[in-house]
Amino acid sequence: MIWNSASEFWAMGGYGLYVWGSFGVTALLMGGEVILAARRHRHIRESLQMQATTIDSDQDTAQDWQA
Amino acid sequence: MNPYMAVLRRDVSLALRRKNEVMTSVFFFVVVASLFPLGIGPEMNTLRLIAPGVLWVGALLASMLSLGRLFAGDHQDGTLEQMVLSSASLPGLVGAKILAHWLLSGLPLVLVSPVLALQFDLDAQAIEVLMATLLLGTPLLSLIGAVGAALTLGVRGADVLLSLLVLPLYVPALVFGAGAVQAQTAGLGASAHLSILAAMLLVAAVFSPWACASALRIALE
Amino acid sequence: MTQHSNVLFRFAAPQAFYGLAGRLWPLFAALATALGVWGLWMGMFVAPADFQQGQAYRIIFVHVPASWMSMIIYLAMAFWALLGLTFNTRLSGMMNRALAPTGAMFAFLSLWTGALWGKPMWGTWWVWDARLTSELILFFLYLGFMGLTASIDDPRRADKAGGLLALVGAINVPVIYFSVRWWNTLHQGASVSVTQGSSMAQTMLWAMLLMALAFWLYAIAIALYRIRTLILEREKHTLWVEAELRPEGSS
Repeated sequence: MIWNSASEFWAMGGYGLYVWGSFGVTALLMGGEVILAARRHRHIRESLQMQATTIDSDQDTAQDWQA
Repeated sequence: MNPYMAVLRRDVSLALRRKNEVMTSVFFFVVVASLFPLGIGPEMNTLRLIAPGVLWVGALLASMLSLGRLFAGDHQDGTLEQMVLSSASLPGLVGAKILAHWLLSGLPLVLVSPVLALQFDLDAQAIEVLMATLLLGTPLLSLIGAVGAALTLGVRGADVLLSLLVLPLYVPALVFGAGAVQAQTAGLGASAHLSILAAMLLVAAVFSPWACASALRIALE
Repeated sequence: MTQHSNVLFRFAAPQAFYGLAGRLWPLFAALATALGVWGLWMGMFVAPADFQQGQAYRIIFVHVPASWMSMIIYLAMAFWALLGLTFNTRLSGMMNRALAPTGAMFAFLSLWTGALWGKPMWGTWWVWDARLTSELILFFLYLGFMGLTASIDDPRRADKAGGLLALVGAINVPVIYFSVRWWNTLHQGASVSVTQGSSMAQTMLWAMLLMALAFWLYAIAIALYRIRTLILEREKHTLWVEAELRPEGSS
């Protein structure tokens, strides 16, 4: 183990701001991208499902009128 | 008369009828070149140093602003569709349009540049090189910009989008154009820069009309 | 030969690709995570401090992979663009739309981490060296692509226009890089480069390569995930999508 203590690890020899600023933003953006992609997928699925069921119920209503 | 000359003559005469559109490019160039000293200070040594970059960026922006007009007019009145459908070579017709555009939007910038260069105290040889780089560079900018104009045809917010698309592609021209004048001022000679600019112009003259034609077909189908 | 091309073109159909992507992306995501953890462990807990740069050099474990990925993704986009314009496939355009945001993100990360590396090392938040400047221009190219495809309403036209733009951009990238390098060497005396430094120890190199691979697999995973969303949107009027969307157990 190259670090003698946890505080040494976080300090990064005085460069903590720069190192963790880099890794932190990287994690933030990559994680954010994943979350946004997942949310968008869920949103699209839901809205398409709603459109499909609306069409179904519209068609059912139309058939009632015809019969 | 062959269709390409016809398009060239038509575009030139149409633009000459709307002279104020042509003049706005030149005025923009002049205004931008005057803004920089106002923003930076009147110290002549500084101005002489920044002159190549400032003048080239000014010409570049002026050229870019006029690109929106390249295809928009013909798109609106249906001439563009006629061109795409005609049996004449579309890249050829596009080339004629770009030439007309340059004659009226790019060439005036070249002719005005010595006057602006004097405001920055460039010497005669530097001014010569500047004009040479703009003579080679403004058609290059027109050719590159035309592809962007074709891609953004009829799109919402086309003007700003066009700038975003085209500016990265303008960088080589800017680097070698302004660099040529700087090399001349530093006593190193600008022949290498000018050769590279000429080469880029040649390549663009061959490929750009073809790329524009593809982009126009995509936009109009 | 016909057999192979049949397999290839089978997956060019959105429906087939939807299923394939659905099976593949979890695999790539898992691999990316595993390699990323391994790379981070090597980079943060095994690799020693650098002789010249101390602990700050560890930024390369994200900076270099991000730079490489921003370039690789753009090349991939140019490849798909060429394919799409040649064969007029719908999937190529969707693939580019799925790839572009990740590419832009990596380009931004490359610039951000480059700045954070430059400040302690060379005193300024930004250095106009050839690599960083080219990266900035690449970032603008990504933004241009995303702006163009977002502004055109017709999806097919947007795909093709974006594809042409990506191709033109890709062809210009070497020219841009060369001109920026020329510009840089002419104007700076001692050329300061973000990548300059002592030769790397084995562990450092290994950790960096692991991270690069992890980023690559991540990019593939998220692109495959995103393209599934795009396929659903584009193909929403087809029977297979309607069947796909129908909740389990209903008629």
